Amino acid sequence: MSDSDDQALPRRNTRGERQVAANAQVMATYLSDIARQRDAAAFEKVFRYFAPRVKAYMLKLGADDALAEELMQEAMVSVWRKADRFDSSKAAPSTWIFTIARNLRIDAYRKSSRPEPDPNDPAFQPDAEPQADDAISQIETATRLRDIIATLPDEQRRMLQLSYYQDKSHSEIAEDAGIPLGTVKSRLRLAMQKVRHALGEEER
Amino acid sequence: MSGLIPDELLADYSAGRLSNGWSLVVATHLALRPTERPRLRQFDTIGGVLLDEIEPAAPAETAFDSVLSRISETPDDAIVMNGAHTKTCNCCTPSDNPVLPEPLRSAVGGDVDDLKWQRLSGDVAQVLIDTDDETTMCRLLRVRAGRPVATHTHRGTELTLVLAGSFTDELGTYHRGDVEMADETVEHQPIAGEGADCVCFAVTSAPLKFRNPIVRMLQPLFRI
Repeated sequence: MSDSDDQALPRRNTRGERQVAANAQVMATYLSDIARQRDAAAFEKVFRYFAPRVKAYMLKLGADDALAEELMQEAMVSVWRKADRFDSSKAAPSTWIFTIARNLRIDAYRKSSRPEPDPNDPAFQPDAEPQADDAISQIETATRLRDIIATLPDEQRRMLQLSYYQDKSHSEIAEDAGIPLGTVKSRLRLAMQKVRHALGEEER
Repeated sequence: MSGLIPDELLADYSAGRLSNGWSLVVATHLALRPTERPRLRQFDTIGGVLLDEIEPAAPAETAFDSVLSRISETPDDAIVMNGAHTKTCNCCTPSDNPVLPEPLRSAVGGDVDDLKWQRLSGDVAQVLIDTDDETTMCRLLRVRAGRPVATHTHRGTELTLVLAGSFTDELGTYHRGDVEMADETVEHQPIAGEGADCVCFAVTSAPLKFRNPIVRMLQPLFRI
């Protein structure tokens, strides 16, 4: 397992896929080492891989360098603190760290924090039975999703990226790209349908 | 009718693009619909995949040391061996059965019986909710069992989440946890089901358009 931190991973390539899955597996192990042993060496590995990505995420969403750096550092402190809450049956490491970065960003820009369900609330309806997607690991799901996204037509993949990386409404995205709003929406819908379809088929 | 949150909205919630009012209705719906949480997880996973593939941006040279010193500066209260977080808690008795789930209950400031309801008519009462969100209007509505709400259509989008009782309109029948999404193309007259008052959480992006001129005249007063 190499620390190919900075190089783009090849698309639609089994070796690349295996590499991504292996990397996710390794990151998951590091996270549990951090949770159990407060392992600083493991934390450094997680930091080296994710910190530049979290910073890039903040920059893409409009933060200047100083704010992006600050939010990234906060996110990495959270990764250390909350490592015990990482559950590989619920999320791949990249999914978990994405949600941390996303929530920190929302908290930084708004007066109130992001509304989320509270599993400890008596009115919260617990998961009835093990979910269908618990059977396969979330790392596997993430790897599949990555492959599905890589095979989407360019314009659909682009819309998906824009909706995660641009704090703009769909009509603003349409205006920027010089295409009708309906086209933005239909590209997104098609992208989601393909993702859903591909995952759904393999789950059943 | 599906009674579920549409994909686009769930994806926007996952991406962190929704303003507070819409986020509140999505999160409250998710608290009541366990089957929808794996759907959200799929969208979060897309966010994770995109994070994996993003072009990295170099942190400050001192970043790692700064993070380490921030970690050592503050007490480390997060060590829980083997991740002993459970889904159930022992702090609430089983009889503790709120109508409003979190995060809505905190946003409103209590459960239905703790609130000051403003009467809109003999059959309908509301509580306005301040969400720090100028793009939406958020309110709880309580409609007496078996009674209708004035016929209206919409200027923007209206999401209605049922929290108690049920209602029926031209699109279908909705129960606790169900969401109805309506827009300019929908004119409806929701009628509360028999047997129990219907409590809903309604979020709108623009004022409703009522058919009845008297109701229209009263709209500014009730901010509906």
